[in-house]
Formats: sequence, C-alpha cells, structure tokens
Amino acid sequence: MHHPIIERLRRALPAGAVLSSSEDLKPYECDALTLYRQTPLAVALPADEAQVVAVLRLCNEAQVPVVARGAGTGLSGGATPRADAVLLSLARLNRIVGIDALARTARVQPGVRNLAISEAAAPHGLYYAPDPSSQIACTIGGNVAENSGGVHCLKYGLTVHNLLALRVVTLEGEVLQIGSAAPDSPGYDLLALLTGSEGLLGVVTEVTVRLIPKPQCARVVLAVFDDMTKAGRAVADVIAAGIIPAGLEMMDRAAIAAVEPFVRAGYPLDAEAILLCESDGAPAEVEEEILRMEAVLRGAGARECRVSRDEAERLRFWAGRKAAFPAMGALSPDYYCMDGSIPRRRLAAVLLAIRDMEGRYGLRCANVFHAGDGNLHPLILFDSNIADEVARAEAFGAEILELCVREGGSITGEHGVGMEKIAQMCVQFGSAELATFHAVKRAFDERGLLNPGKAVPTLHRCAELGRLHVRGGQLPHPELPRF
Amino acid sequence: MTDLQSLEERIRAAAAARRPLRIRGGGSKDFYGGPLEGELLEIGGLAGITLCEPTELVVSARAGTPLQELERVLAGHGQMLGFEPPGFDGCATLGGAVASGLSGPRRPYCGAVRDFVLGVEMIDGRGERLRFGGKVIKNVAGFDLSRMMAGSLGTLGVLTEVTLKTVPRPSVECTVRFEMDQAQALDSMRLWATRPLPLSATEWEDGALHVRMSGAEAAVRAARRELGGEIADGVHDRWDSVREQQLPFFTAARELWRVSLPVDSPPLPVPGPTLIEWGGSLRWLSGPQDGDALRALAGRLGGHATLYRAPSKPPSGPFQPLSAAMLSLHKRLKTVFDPHGIFNRGRLYPEF
Repeated sequence: MHHPIIERLRRALPAGAVLSSSEDLKPYECDALTLYRQTPLAVALPADEAQVVAVLRLCNEAQVPVVARGAGTGLSGGATPRADAVLLSLARLNRIVGIDALARTARVQPGVRNLAISEAAAPHGLYYAPDPSSQIACTIGGNVAENSGGVHCLKYGLTVHNLLALRVVTLEGEVLQIGSAAPDSPGYDLLALLTGSEGLLGVVTEVTVRLIPKPQCARVVLAVFDDMTKAGRAVADVIAAGIIPAGLEMMDRAAIAAVEPFVRAGYPLDAEAILLCESDGAPAEVEEEILRMEAVLRGAGARECRVSRDEAERLRFWAGRKAAFPAMGALSPDYYCMDGSIPRRRLAAVLLAIRDMEGRYGLRCANVFHAGDGNLHPLILFDSNIADEVARAEAFGAEILELCVREGGSITGEHGVGMEKIAQMCVQFGSAELATFHAVKRAFDERGLLNPGKAVPTLHRCAELGRLHVRGGQLPHPELPRF
Repeated sequence: MTDLQSLEERIRAAAAARRPLRIRGGGSKDFYGGPLEGELLEIGGLAGITLCEPTELVVSARAGTPLQELERVLAGHGQMLGFEPPGFDGCATLGGAVASGLSGPRRPYCGAVRDFVLGVEMIDGRGERLRFGGKVIKNVAGFDLSRMMAGSLGTLGVLTEVTLKTVPRPSVECTVRFEMDQAQALDSMRLWATRPLPLSATEWEDGALHVRMSGAEAAVRAARRELGGEIADGVHDRWDSVREQQLPFFTAARELWRVSLPVDSPPLPVPGPTLIEWGGSLRWLSGPQDGDALRALAGRLGGHATLYRAPSKPPSGPFQPLSAAMLSLHKRLKTVFDPHGIFNRGRLYPEF
C-alpha cells in the first residue's frame, strides 16, 4: 500500500533518491533521542536546491507533512519521523560551495558536517567557532535548525552569532535569501528567527557562516574542588572577575568516576567536582589570563589547580570531558541527557537539588556540562529493561527542567525542544506567547505541514498537561501519552 | 512613571479605533527611518534597571531607561554594552537602541545589538503583554522573537523591558593611526581581520586610518608591535565622536547615506566624501547621492544602502526595498504582532 506521494516524488527526483521499503526506512526511524521511534512514510534524498523545491512543492500540493533531517544527531527528537510524513534528508547537499579567506566566510550546503567547515578553513588560519560535541557528525543545517552551542560558545557565541546568510525554501517552494555577508540586513531579523526554528518555518539549502582567526595557542586549568557549592561559586567568580574563558566546563563526582577509569585523564576520584577552565589567544595573553584564572579559582576554594604544560596535556585534560558520554554508556545500559540552563549563581543550588531528586527517583545522575554559560547536562542513568525506569527517568528529567524554569532559566540551552521538551514549553511560556509562536508559524506555513508536533505545543495540549502538572516530583499518570 | 496597565489600555483603545501610534523613548532617533505618524506614545517614563548581576554578564532594564544611565551602572561593575550604541547626547533609551538596531564602532569585532539581546517584554498591537527569550545566556526554547525586535523600529510592538548580555570592559585600549588612501586602508583592514588580533574598531577618513585594539595588556602590546603605525592622541574623544556621529564629516552632511557591504567590497565610485568603519563593511557617504543608482550598486555588491539622515524623508522610505517574497512575509509577520497596523506606520517600509 503505497501513498501516492511516493510515486510523485520518484518522478521528480533522480533514481535512488526516494526510499520507501521498510528495510530502507529503518535507519531513519529516530534521531539521537532514541526513546522515540517511528517509521516515516518515505525518505526523500534530494541532491540540490531545485530538488528540495520539488519535494516541498509536491508535499504541499498533496498536503503531506515534511520532517527535515540532517545527520540525525539531535538530542531532542527534532527529526523524529512521523508515519504520515515524508522525511526530507539534506545529507546529499554536502558541498562546500566556497571559502573566501579575505572576507572570512564559508558558503556551504546544509549537509556539510560542522567540523568539515573548520577543516576546509584551516589552511587559511581560520575556523568556524561553534563546536557542538557531535561536531564530527552533525551537519551545519541541523546546527542552524537547533541554534547549536558547544564548549566554546561562552566566548565565541552560539550558531546564531556566527551566521551571515541563509537560503531557505518555503513550503510553497519559494527560495528566500535571508541575511547577507553585509551587516544588518534591511527589514526584520529573519536570520535570528530562522535560527533555532527546528524545521518549522522552512528548509535551509545554503548557509553562509563567519570564520574567525584561529587562536595562536590555548591552555587549560584543571581545578579540583571538595565542595560543590565552592565549585559553583568559582564559576560565578571567574565571570565576575571579567574573565571570559574560551571554555568553562564542570564535571561532578559521578561523572569523574565514570570517565577516569575509561580515559585516565588524571582526574582525582575523591573530588566533588572539577572545573576545566581554558584560555586561548596570543601566548603572552594566555599566560596572563591563566594566572588570573588560577588566582580566582584558588580564591573560591579550589584545593588544587593544574595548568596544562603542553598541548598533549591540554588534550588529556579535555579527553575526559569529551569521553563523558561514551563512558556513561559503559556505566549504564541507557542514559538520558538533559539540557536546561540557569543563572550561573544558582549552579550549586540546582546541582544539590538534582542530587536530592536522585534519591526520590531511585536513579543515578551524573553532571558534565557547560558551567560557564549555566547550561546543565544532567545524565540520568537508567535501564530500559526494568519495567518503570523509562518513565521514572522521564519524570526525573521533567522535574529538572521545571526547576530550571523556576530558577529563571530555560528548559533548553542548546538541544532544542523537539518532541522531548514540548510539555515543558507549557511551563516556560504562557498562552499568549504560545499563540504568537503559532501565528508566526502560520506566517510561514499556513497549513502546518513543516515538522508538525514539534517545538511548540498546541494550547489544547498545554491545557491537558496543566491538569497533569508535575507536583512534588510525581507525574500522576506516567502511562498517558504525553504528545 | 508610565505604568504597564495604562500603556496596555491606550494600546487597546487605539487598536479598537484603528488609530495609529508613534512609539517614542527619548526621541533621539526621530530623524531615522520613515515618516513619524500617529499619536505620540511616550515610554520614556518606563525606566529603571531591574536586574544587574555582575556574575551573570546580564542586565535587564525597562525600555525607557536612558542608555547613559545603563552604561554608567555597568561601568561601575567593570562591564559595558559590547555593541557600543550611539547615545545621542544622552537622550537615547534602551528600547530605542534595540528597536533601531543601530550599533557602534565595536560591532564587527564584538557583535551587533541583536547579538546581545537575550530577552524582551513587550506589548503587542492587541494590548497583550508578551515575554520572549529570557535572562540567561543560553536559551533555545521557542522561536527567537526577542532578537527579531532588534531593528524592527517599533513596528511589531512596544518594548517594555529588555535583557541584554554585557561584556567585561577591556583592561587596555590603544589606538594607532596610519596614513593611507582608501584602497590601502580597505586592504589593510581586511588582512588584519584574518589574523588573531584584538581589534575593536577601525575608521578611515580623508587619508587617515585609525585602528583601536582592546583587551589584555599583553595582547594589545603584541598586536601593536605587529601592526605598527603611530599612537594617536586624543583618541578617546575620537571614538566617541565616531560612535555619536559627531565628527565634522557627519555634522557637515545635509544628507547622510549609510551603505552596508560585504567586507571585501572595493571603494565605491560615488561623489562626495566617504568615511569607512567596521573593517570596510560600513561606508558613510556625505552629501546627495542618486539613491536608485546607489542602491543598485550596493545590491550588486551584496549589500544595501540606507538614507540615514536627510532634510526631508523620501516617500519611498529610507531603506533598501525588499524583494516581493520578503515584503509579503514581512507583512504577514507584521500582522501577527500588530493586526490593526497601529504601531509606527511606515517607519520601516511605506507598505506597512
């Protein structure tokens, strides 16, 4: 039983660009949020902008929803397929159109990997700054859709700060040129609006990014703390001292215990928390900044500060941080990576509250995160083979996010809302804001065919969830469908 | 003191009567954008800093807060606004700075107004209070409507409170001067920008290029050795004059054009004096221009031209016209926020 759209897509695209057999569809049934799986109606693999236009026109005509997908590394289910929707993979639009060293820009297609941009720019002494931890695999198109961050965004900004222009195809198949290499394009800042819009407003077919000169050198301080409150305060103190580290990451005891046997980065197993605080720039500047960082960290109560002596040691200090996710995989059959953000001064209080939740949910939680920008990544460890652990992990995660909102933060710092946090959107935003989001969506996509059911909950859904609102950490009816 | 409730009521009444409103903070930018139409809606009374937390590099203030006051308080914490907005004799307000989207000399090296906006509170054209973004550095929940307010010239709603990211003040600043013609200056600025140098402003006019460096002492010292040039005297005032458009170049101009271009664009073959900022991507032109020809030229180079200030406001509007598709999208977005078209009619484009 084939949907008629499949035949129409086959006629419009080259051979092999439309997948519809169940074994071909299997690899596309989820993104990196594997809790949600669904076989799509079909997968379309256009190879250029004209083919993207053709797919969108046909889907619009037939009123078939479209879910765009890059590399499928997203952690919030932004690219989770739907049974009634065509999955539009941008993977074949993977050409670097051009690097202009003097203008410090790169024009790339959406399927180009994040790291490939920096690799291509390296001969010119330039690079693309945002570096999500999946940067080996994730694509720039996905980064734009999610407004991805990374370890270095405290100093160098998020995706939105490093884009100059986009080519975007609307559902009607119209190509829009958004932004430009010239600053401050006339009219509304649609570049900001499109960035992080999670595939709800249009499909990106070309991205112009800003490249920046590679810093001459980098060094990192590994600061060891016996007390979480002191570590949290140290983060705030570094910023208050007027220092913007190139990276400022924290790992708690559980995270250290998970990675150290795995990586042997030299992290002390008896520490409550460690901070990795990096400085980059000209050698003399780094020297001076490292001294200031050390003084602040010691002043905040670090029991020990180790400064990387050479590049090999710097990479070893970072190796543990970078291996945190695979290490968790070895520690627990499953883990759930959360992504809330809070004001820095509330770090310690929130981490202590999470520790308290561990007891209540009967699940362990390790913390490895971007402390410098207050972006938490609690990793909730669970085993999906144990009857109610999935539900407990989800409820635990939901409580953390709601705590972030209460502390003045956000339910997502960099992973996006997707499917995962759609219920918490009702906690962070009121009905007037949600109604505005829906109206903005309609201004681009009147019939709601682009990535439906993601990022912005319906008011009806929020009303339903309002009655189910998490109280005292207990979701009353975890068996009910959430979306 | 303007209170939110009476603002809301006035907006609702205006919406019901389809009566246009003209939003005004300090009135310092009345010269900018299209015609001023409608009954005055003053928000200057809606002032005061509501959150200033040095550990967060975040500041929130009501939209009518004078920029000058905001900058003074930030300076007390060793911080500043990274986009260096013009203050226009102390009249400019935070809301106006965001709504106009005008950034100063530091913009290419540190970021534009929109890059520092973290959140806004506003009232839309139905009189509904809305809150977008937040007060933390990282927040990707919901569409980024707060950044979209930067440069929207009040056509989408009345900003009532804005939260901005701030930056630490650099410990050292140093300006060097070079004698160069325009082409040499453009080449030099482009070349330097490809190297890891602590540049924070560039400005060329009449054969002289000024380059400001900011940052840690060691970095500035090393950069100064690398660049050469002579140390410029009295530069602090000079950068203020550039930021405030108070150099004789600006004050003598009856008609002032602002042309935004990709950084690798050549000198423009136009009449009258030119002043260059932003590493070559901002060209100020003093004196009358053939507007259509200038816009066509800027468009061919991948940029756009704005009639920044003129004795009279042109009917076609001061900004580079949008493509048909973009204009229709702009109208739809305008309708989302301001369905009755009451706010700042024609201030951005004559069509809405």
